[in-house]
Amino acid sequence: MKKRNKADITSESYLQTVFRRFKRHKLAMGSLIVVILLGGAALFAPVIAPYHPDEIVGTFSGAPSMEHLLGTDQIGRDVLSRLLYATRISLLVGIMATLISTVVGVILGLIAGYFGGVADMIIMRFTDMVMSFPYILLVLVAAAIFKPGLWSIILILGFVDWPGIARLVRGNVLNLRETNFIKGNIVAGMPLRHILFSEILPNTVAPILVYATSVLALSMLDEAALSFLGMGVQPPTASLGNMLNGAESLTVLTKQPWLWIPAGVVIVVLVMAINFIGDALRDALDPNSKS
Amino acid sequence: MSHLLEVRGLTTTFKGDYGKNISVDHIDFSIDKGEIVCVVGESGCGKSVTFLSVMGLLGRGGRVTEGEVLFEGKNLLAMTEKEMDAVRGDHMTMIFQDPLTSLNPVFTVGNQITESIRTHMHLSKEEAKKRAITLLEKVGMTDPENVMKKYPHTLSGGMRQRVMIAMALSCDPKLLIADEPTTALDVTIQAQIMKLLKELQKENGMSMVLITHDMGVVANMADRVLVMYAGQIIEEGPVKEIFKNPRHPYTRALLDTIPTIRDDENRRLVSIPGMVPENYDDMKGCRFAPRCAYRRKECDNPQADYEFSEDHTAKCIVMKEGGIPS
Repeated sequence: MKKRNKADITSESYLQTVFRRFKRHKLAMGSLIVVILLGGAALFAPVIAPYHPDEIVGTFSGAPSMEHLLGTDQIGRDVLSRLLYATRISLLVGIMATLISTVVGVILGLIAGYFGGVADMIIMRFTDMVMSFPYILLVLVAAAIFKPGLWSIILILGFVDWPGIARLVRGNVLNLRETNFIKGNIVAGMPLRHILFSEILPNTVAPILVYATSVLALSMLDEAALSFLGMGVQPPTASLGNMLNGAESLTVLTKQPWLWIPAGVVIVVLVMAINFIGDALRDALDPNSKS
Repeated sequence: MSHLLEVRGLTTTFKGDYGKNISVDHIDFSIDKGEIVCVVGESGCGKSVTFLSVMGLLGRGGRVTEGEVLFEGKNLLAMTEKEMDAVRGDHMTMIFQDPLTSLNPVFTVGNQITESIRTHMHLSKEEAKKRAITLLEKVGMTDPENVMKKYPHTLSGGMRQRVMIAMALSCDPKLLIADEPTTALDVTIQAQIMKLLKELQKENGMSMVLITHDMGVVANMADRVLVMYAGQIIEEGPVKEIFKNPRHPYTRALLDTIPTIRDDENRRLVSIPGMVPENYDDMKGCRFAPRCAYRRKECDNPQADYEFSEDHTAKCIVMKEGGIPS
């Protein structure tokens, strides 16, 4: 690596520092490229996809060929096109669910940690309650009560994933509120809003981001599981989970691997890549690291 | 005469596992305009807690149970958080012991200074930036514009404390409370920071409270001295009086612990035997009595503030009655 002089390092901004440290993790850089490629493919699915995902364009369960690179499914839809749209849906579910759970978790965690006392008690007991629910059962019940569909699954996943973030944020806030710079801000007469969102929050962004990547990976897996069980994204809309649904039958599993391997591979690769990125972020974002 | 800060009967208690602990016990004192008051005493005798109570910064479990804190005649303890925010920063402010953790690690120095200037003075971004640079210059930074862009972890302890001082001074406070501002710094930097504080205090005509356990600092800086022991102020007086005629045996003992350059080379460093008693709120008589060489029967009775000369009081009956050779 090229040697840098010291002035370079001390004058670079925080983001530059983070990126420099992130680049050291080869696996994470690879993962980032994979995620960008898959994300890009998903985003531009309408442009890239050779066929409409819901139209019957070929033979039933046709093996991969030049016309249909990944073959066709049981009712003759192009698997590659469906896969692109499915990735799009799955990422959307993952990202939205993560966003919702992060916002809820951060706000509850900040309040519980900073104010303590009764607020802390109520919020944390509520958190424990949500955490101790048998997760998949809760999701199934919720999916049964509300009409299963894209947005209900996003909301359901968003609701069950926040406790971890709330706990994490609360723990950090408990530490931070005792630090001198927070006391210094109180002494300087800074308003509460400023202290909570402009002083404490930026100091917990790193762990939140790291945790959010694992929530993203998890909620994509959960979406897959729910859709596989038929409680998630409803056909004909394709999602990675309901594409795997086809693998329920033994003939498909053994004789028509093109129906489930691609979707499975995309899930595994995406989830793994996101986790690797999270790991590298953990190192890169640490504000106390001097390197 | 009205004082800038007047504290009457301040009592602070902490809730512990075994009931309440009174860590500041009915103390009275006042700070006048433009003076430097040093508060000295061993660790754990309530110096910091007293001023954290004044600032309304007691952490979880701590509460002011009695007394009032009058700042320019208004009782701070009766104020809401919002009213307090208008006083803190604007009129009085505090610097803490450890400059290494006093700045937010994720923002640049400039960012943090301008933020506090803008909150109180309602200046535009440009004006706030200009003021921040002037302030940094004032506290002796050689390249303030460059320092503005730096993150706290790239600055040394002394630089960080200078930044803290600049921030504290950003709104021209009337009262600056410095809680052992140099304990985390090495000796040469300590001297620089103290000199700087004294200069700035003179220049701005503000009052300053300096919490310390360094008698050398006291001799250099103070106009008046409060000696605290076990949650009480046991002696109070002008700095010359305290050093020339210390009246409380504890103050004497403190002064005896300072080595000086004129000492005989065989002089042994003395220390005060024993420690500040825990649960000192149960003690009825003089709290220093268990460690005091001049202890008598009278010491077990509650002690009052006996006047020795103008403005010089001490809580020692034995001394008042001439029981200790001066």
